[in-house]
Amino acid sequence: MNQDSKRLAIILLFAPFFLWIVCLIVLPHLGIFVLSLKEKIGIGQYQYGVGNYAEFFLEPIYWNTLLRTAVMSIFVTIVTLIIGFPIAFYIAKLAKKRVKAGLFLLCLIPLWVSDLVRSFGWIVLLRETGIISSFLQNIGIIDAPVEFLYNDVAVVVGLVYTVMLFMIVPLVTTLEGMDDSLVEAGFNLGGSRLTVLRRIIIPYAMPGIVTGCIVVFMLTAGSYLTPILLGGKNSQWFTEQIYDKFITHFNWEAGAAFGVLLLVFTSLTVWLGLRLTGQTLSSTVAKG
Amino acid sequence: MTNTLDPVRFLRSCYTGYVVVFFIYLAAPLIAAGIFAFNDSMFPALPWQGFTLDWFFNDSEPKLGMFHDRRLIKGLMISFWIALLVSALSIFVGTCNAFLFERMDFPFKNFCYILLVVPLVIPGVILGIAILVFASDIANGFEDNWGIDLEFLRPGLILVVLGQFSFVTTITTLVIAARLKKFDIELEEAALNLGASRMRILRTVTLPFLRPAMIGAGIVAFLISFENFNTTLMLVGSDAPLTITMYDRMAKVGSTPVLNAVSFFLMVGSFILALLSVVLQKGEKV
Repeated sequence: MNQDSKRLAIILLFAPFFLWIVCLIVLPHLGIFVLSLKEKIGIGQYQYGVGNYAEFFLEPIYWNTLLRTAVMSIFVTIVTLIIGFPIAFYIAKLAKKRVKAGLFLLCLIPLWVSDLVRSFGWIVLLRETGIISSFLQNIGIIDAPVEFLYNDVAVVVGLVYTVMLFMIVPLVTTLEGMDDSLVEAGFNLGGSRLTVLRRIIIPYAMPGIVTGCIVVFMLTAGSYLTPILLGGKNSQWFTEQIYDKFITHFNWEAGAAFGVLLLVFTSLTVWLGLRLTGQTLSSTVAKG
Repeated sequence: MTNTLDPVRFLRSCYTGYVVVFFIYLAAPLIAAGIFAFNDSMFPALPWQGFTLDWFFNDSEPKLGMFHDRRLIKGLMISFWIALLVSALSIFVGTCNAFLFERMDFPFKNFCYILLVVPLVIPGVILGIAILVFASDIANGFEDNWGIDLEFLRPGLILVVLGQFSFVTTITTLVIAARLKKFDIELEEAALNLGASRMRILRTVTLPFLRPAMIGAGIVAFLISFENFNTTLMLVGSDAPLTITMYDRMAKVGSTPVLNAVSFFLMVGSFILALLSVVLQKGEKV
């Protein structure tokens, strides 16, 4: 291909990418940032300032909600890692070849089913008239219906369920690359199960662990449906505040500020997590 | 020594037991959501009142089946058209992107690659408000300055399509680019040596090679669009897709088994599409 037609090809291929990224990603996000700096001072009159951010920091309910969202998201991430790691190890190292593919597909099933259906399933299971409550009554453990919904445990259970496969997939991918002889060598040198796990397996799986944790944390902090449906009025999730500002109060400026804060806050947490574990974004996510 | 006292064996069966419990946990809510579609009761709850298909096919209140519920069917049709548009658009742009990033070299390529992946990590709600604000700004600008009302930039189906397209395209790009990476460039060179034009090579050699990935990406895009809630919620106008209709029912009316019927229907639909994409990927390896 000569130079001119090569250049033409690049321009033609670049155009859709450029339109997509600039019009739907870059400009809209710059847009909410600019909007978040506007303060309403009268009907149709605005001035630039940091009033919307000041409102956030002065009103404890707002930053409490953000903190709560962050803490819950970190908790969900840790729980997902602890539950998911043995499963990933089983799939990657212990299961036989046939079983392995089947189990891996089973893990992917929740991805194929709508978030709404999954949450609805948990509602049917957990609510006062739900299956678990009825079952426990039938076998006589409890005498009256018990409401398992609308509390933090329900929210955590539902969120862990929703994000589980995003932890398992990178873990399985990294663990599959691990040479079994590493583990054998560890045992031969007299390491106990715990030592082998702590000194050999976990360090090897670190890129997968970090990738999984980042994705799970971002998904959890940005989730909306699961906390609302399973936590009810008590969920106090930050995305709910953003929705309220936008749709219920029609205060777009404050809503935009909250959106920017959520983005900044989650990015900071991820950055901090990377620093604490001594990983970089390119050494983990790019590999996974 | 008996087997029950062997600590290694005991640990191993504990481990297997844990894996089994985990998969029960994965299956439980899906089974719960699906099975009550067939319970002959006004509530999706125990006790079991007998098997019925009323929640699918019954044509009158109070047990209005989903296929006779006009709002649900309308939502289903709207979701279908949105998903079709989103997958068509995102396959087109995804294929262009795949060629751009796999075949071309241009300045700031690494930076552009980061931009390409970013939509995946932005929370859906924020993506929704960002596009809502941006579209409204443009629409207001046109209205204030020239008195032109750009109706399509107000919350509605077009914005929903754009909103979903904005992050689904990342996924289709990654899927199609992974396939393009496996393409043996010598095939194209051979065709070139045989005197084929560039366009003809694209049409008869490269695109057919990419077809399984394009169809697979399309199926994934269709499903993600069909099931999307967070971004859609921010951009939706008066025509509500199925997930929004269903959510309204759940939140306001309280749930009747018709929601279980819809859930079951969606699960079967997803299952068929997932099966289709697995079969396609099998074909890809040959």
